[in-house]
Amino acid sequence: MDLANFLIQLLNSVQYGLLLFMLAAGLTLIFGIMNVVNLAHGSFYMLGAYLAYSLSGAFDSLLLAILVGTILSVLFGLALERLLFRHFYDRDHLDQVLLTFGLIYIFEELRSILWGDDVHGAKIPDLLSASIPLTEAMSYPVYRLFMSGVCIALAIGLYLLISKTRLGMKIRAGAFNREMTESLGINIKLIHGAVFALGVGLAAIAGMIAAPISSVYPNMGSQVLITCFVVVVIGGIGSVRGALIAALLVGLVDTFGKVLLPQVAGMLVYILMAAVLLWKPEGLFKQ
Amino acid sequence: MAAPKANLETLPRSVQLALMMGLVALAAFPFVSSDYYTEMVTRMMIMAIFAMSLDLLQGVTGLVSLGHAAYFGLAGYALAFLTPESEPVNLWWSLPLAVLASGLAALIVGFFVVRTRGIYFIMVTMAFAQMIYFLFHDNDSLGGSDGLYVNFKPIATLFGWTPFDLDSKVTMYYFTLVLVVAVYAFLRCVLWSPFGRALAGIRVNEHRMRAMGFGTVGYKLTAFTLAGALAGLAGYLTGVQSGYVNPELMGFHMSAHAIMMVILGGMGNFAGAIVGAFAFEYLLHVFKELPQVGSVDLGKHWQLWMGIFIVGLVVLAPRGLLGLFGRLRQSKNAKGDSHE
Repeated sequence: MDLANFLIQLLNSVQYGLLLFMLAAGLTLIFGIMNVVNLAHGSFYMLGAYLAYSLSGAFDSLLLAILVGTILSVLFGLALERLLFRHFYDRDHLDQVLLTFGLIYIFEELRSILWGDDVHGAKIPDLLSASIPLTEAMSYPVYRLFMSGVCIALAIGLYLLISKTRLGMKIRAGAFNREMTESLGINIKLIHGAVFALGVGLAAIAGMIAAPISSVYPNMGSQVLITCFVVVVIGGIGSVRGALIAALLVGLVDTFGKVLLPQVAGMLVYILMAAVLLWKPEGLFKQ
Repeated sequence: MAAPKANLETLPRSVQLALMMGLVALAAFPFVSSDYYTEMVTRMMIMAIFAMSLDLLQGVTGLVSLGHAAYFGLAGYALAFLTPESEPVNLWWSLPLAVLASGLAALIVGFFVVRTRGIYFIMVTMAFAQMIYFLFHDNDSLGGSDGLYVNFKPIATLFGWTPFDLDSKVTMYYFTLVLVVAVYAFLRCVLWSPFGRALAGIRVNEHRMRAMGFGTVGYKLTAFTLAGALAGLAGYLTGVQSGYVNPELMGFHMSAHAIMMVILGGMGNFAGAIVGAFAFEYLLHVFKELPQVGSVDLGKHWQLWMGIFIVGLVVLAPRGLLGLFGRLRQSKNAKGDSHE
């Protein structure tokens, strides 16, 4: 593998890792703070992708579509939390698994009714459709750099939100000791709603920015969900920092695995997970 | 009054009686039904074995595995690999070998997963199952995404004598029925054995079990392996019945369906798993066969109805049919107590 090819693969793996982080961050926060297993998290990614497809067609602008889509998906997350998830925070994990599995079926079928079962695509905006030439034969698309940029900006925003703001302090307090936080007069239900909507929003944004390069297809959520589970297991439940490092690691292993060991590429991330479990059964950064 | 139990281990007389009547009905069923329904009930019975195997983990030991279908599918693939191109394979050694293969896979995966707990256990079992799924899905030499055909049904010849022929739908039905009864009897024995009591103890309080000197990891690993092997028995039968295997048998939907079956009937006593498997498979059949209303084909959207049913069930009757029954009994008992 020459240098230019290596560079392209490295950039791809970072971009994939960052995209995984967007999903895994919400997943791990919902796990860590509300103690909920959410199998339907992949559906929010799918929702985002289909919103990008529909709205970018309607507005003729991907950026506007992402803006409106984010607002819509956050509202959707708030409603879903209020109607269903709120009642399941204290229930058995088994009930949560069933609830969210049922939701996967409902979301998939609604997607099929609303959008059909065809594979769609979203157009890359003209502004970002250029490529940066690396050698005579190879170049790197600007849009992928834009994706990484958006993810990094959101990751920094998430970090600042959780560690520097008042809301973030309340979130951390609620995760640490729920009863004590409540008795100090903090409306924990509001916090939970906000965290859930944040998770849905991040997953939907990931789906929206990924739509132009990965195309928009049925069951796209389930596949990415399981990879995110691997990320969360490696990183440690509840740890956003762990999710970031694990997501980059998984991105690296998956991308280079496909190039160097194509026969077993599908299994490599799981082998990585098994190795981490042997070494640290509770993930790299247990909270 | 004793604290309300989430799991109903001892079956009340009335339920035992209903089970006996159910067995009689199942034994008589092929005499009155068509081939189509005989095949459907055979499939339900196979699923009952699958659900019972999961119940050993989910209901008895308290381990929620979201990857149980992997061991189910593996044995089906084992049958496909063991069946030669142009002749049937012998039942008497291919069945134990397929079950052994599933058990071995469960032992290896179990080695990693039984160290984890709660949410971790759910995610890790699912991830490993997905790994096995992709191994078969991505490799054309293992059948790829299309799967493999089982060209001939296994032949039951023993020292030159062939007691039955699985090509006949009715024989397949009775063969499966005998296995359902055998697996049920075996698992009930396991449940009340010292080993089964230790598993129930792990469900209630693993720390205390460890403090009392039980090596809980070893117990959990044994349960995981046993459950995987029994799931393999069901997978083998599926391969025999349908004549082909594909990666979907190991997929995560299949695993979730098994969880649904166990929940639907009520956990921890194996009878509930049988009832749940029948109920779930029947519902699936009903939803898929829904009629066309106007321009909308209701049956095509079976996932929507199934999803709504599942969500409704967890919201309204979280402990399934037998759980509902147990709750009724408990409230009746509570009333009786207050009158005294």
